Amino acid sequence: MSWSVVTAIYRREMRSYFASPAAYIVLAVFLLITGWFFTLNLFKENLAHMRSIFDILPFLLVVFAPAISMRLISEERKSGTLELLVTMPVRDFDVVFGKFLAALSLYAVALIFTFFYPFTISTLGDAQMGGIVAGYIGLFLLGGSYLAIGILGSAMTESQIIAFILSFALSAVLAILVFAAFVIPPPVADVIQYLSSTYHFQNIARGVVDSRDVIYFLSLIFLSLLLASRAMNQRKFL
Amino acid sequence: MIHIENLKKYYGKFPAVDDISFDVARGEILGFLGPNGAGKSTTMKVITGYYPPNAGKITIDGHDVTEESLVTREMIGYLPETTPLYLDLTVYEYLKHVAEVRRIPKDLQKQRIKKMVEVTGLTDRLDQTIGKLSKGYRQRVGLAQAMLHEPKVLVLDEPTIGLDPNQIVEIRELIRTIGKERTVILSTHILPEVQATCDRVVIIHEGKIVADGTPDELQHRFQGKPVIYLDVHGDGAGDIEKISALHGVETVEQLEDPEPNVVSLQISTEPGTDPRSDIFRLCVTEGWTLLGMNRKVESLENIFRSLTQTDAAAELAGEAAA
Repeated sequence: MSWSVVTAIYRREMRSYFASPAAYIVLAVFLLITGWFFTLNLFKENLAHMRSIFDILPFLLVVFAPAISMRLISEERKSGTLELLVTMPVRDFDVVFGKFLAALSLYAVALIFTFFYPFTISTLGDAQMGGIVAGYIGLFLLGGSYLAIGILGSAMTESQIIAFILSFALSAVLAILVFAAFVIPPPVADVIQYLSSTYHFQNIARGVVDSRDVIYFLSLIFLSLLLASRAMNQRKFL
Repeated sequence: MIHIENLKKYYGKFPAVDDISFDVARGEILGFLGPNGAGKSTTMKVITGYYPPNAGKITIDGHDVTEESLVTREMIGYLPETTPLYLDLTVYEYLKHVAEVRRIPKDLQKQRIKKMVEVTGLTDRLDQTIGKLSKGYRQRVGLAQAMLHEPKVLVLDEPTIGLDPNQIVEIRELIRTIGKERTVILSTHILPEVQATCDRVVIIHEGKIVADGTPDELQHRFQGKPVIYLDVHGDGAGDIEKISALHGVETVEQLEDPEPNVVSLQISTEPGTDPRSDIFRLCVTEGWTLLGMNRKVESLENIFRSLTQTDAAAELAGEAAA
């Protein structure tokens, strides 16, 4: 891996995120929605926890992550700049990884803005900081996975809309597999549940950062980025 | 420097490039000529490693473009036909980005950018956003980008398309200057471009090579019969039979009178002969008043046209293969 290539791609993507209103709009909407869920039951329940956010956000990310990542490769394919980029001596994975890091940074910024909520809670009552930190680690890994899937979607088409729908669909399937346990008999359900991103997030959010869950997310990210780098150099699929 | 052997590239079942082979020598400027859709861009995309070939082999300086792609991509500077650039960056930011992606050493980056910007005449546009530049200036940015890493090979797809006549002359001069040290392949469907810039021409049509040679060679090889246009004054002047009897004259045809009292003749001659002096002497002995005489050799333009009209092209491709 060439860091010089990764950082060059990273800087270029960060610049274009913040040079256009898109990033600010996405951030604003993200904060608006999380803020709404945060305050919804806060005073009614009168409990110092963040469960309302940790319950809702995993599903919100299914929409939010593809919105961040949809343009990363599809736009370059459409404008033709991808042709110049991949005919330079770069490894496809380096390009994809630089773009992934940029999307992850934007997401991290959004998460950091929400630190306001646990801070508020801790001043109001006796919050369980351990659980909240674990929840954030879970959110970071979960969002990272959906972003990686988003880049895979973006690598497969020159249309941002199709990229969004593809990655939304893929992420949504992983997110709702956890409910399989309700309709499928146990031995099969366990396997299917294990594939679900939400299942692993819930494990972490319970307060235990288990290596199995971390490995699940890291593998999902790596696999998606690897497939994305393959897809990027093919002629478009869709 | 560039060796292309039996290259084939299909889009689905459609053969965009159908079994072509040619070599480009070091320091040569090769003009890749053909009508739109002939397979020029496709060939270039395979050379630059954007498309994998379906069959055949391309090596650059002995390195295979599919097996040692990172090595060959390092050696190539490429300007695609559409000049795709990041429109939201300034010229400097863009070139800096390219320098980083191409891993030009940090201490060399500024110096290279400065040099390329001077060569392409962009010095006073450095801080302008690319999206606000005219087509001609974008093309220069594209060229600067392609040459930034001082590549051994330059692949330029229609480098003068969309430019105004002054810019075309400038860019051609630029390419010729660059071509002194580097191997250049440029595609075009504009003929004067080839005559003005290229050492050698490959004419491609429907994915096949129909001609290959220097512009002069092609002119010689494919030149039709030279035609002489003769205008003489007066009734009874320009006796067709007397002219036909001259050495080298094949046929004589009388054209519609352009002016009263003028006889206009179109005289086609055998290749390699020039009976103009005989015609002049004939005019003198017969007492015809010579108003004008003009010899025309088929231009490269006509050669190109005849080569790329489908039937003739198929025939010639057959000949070339045999």
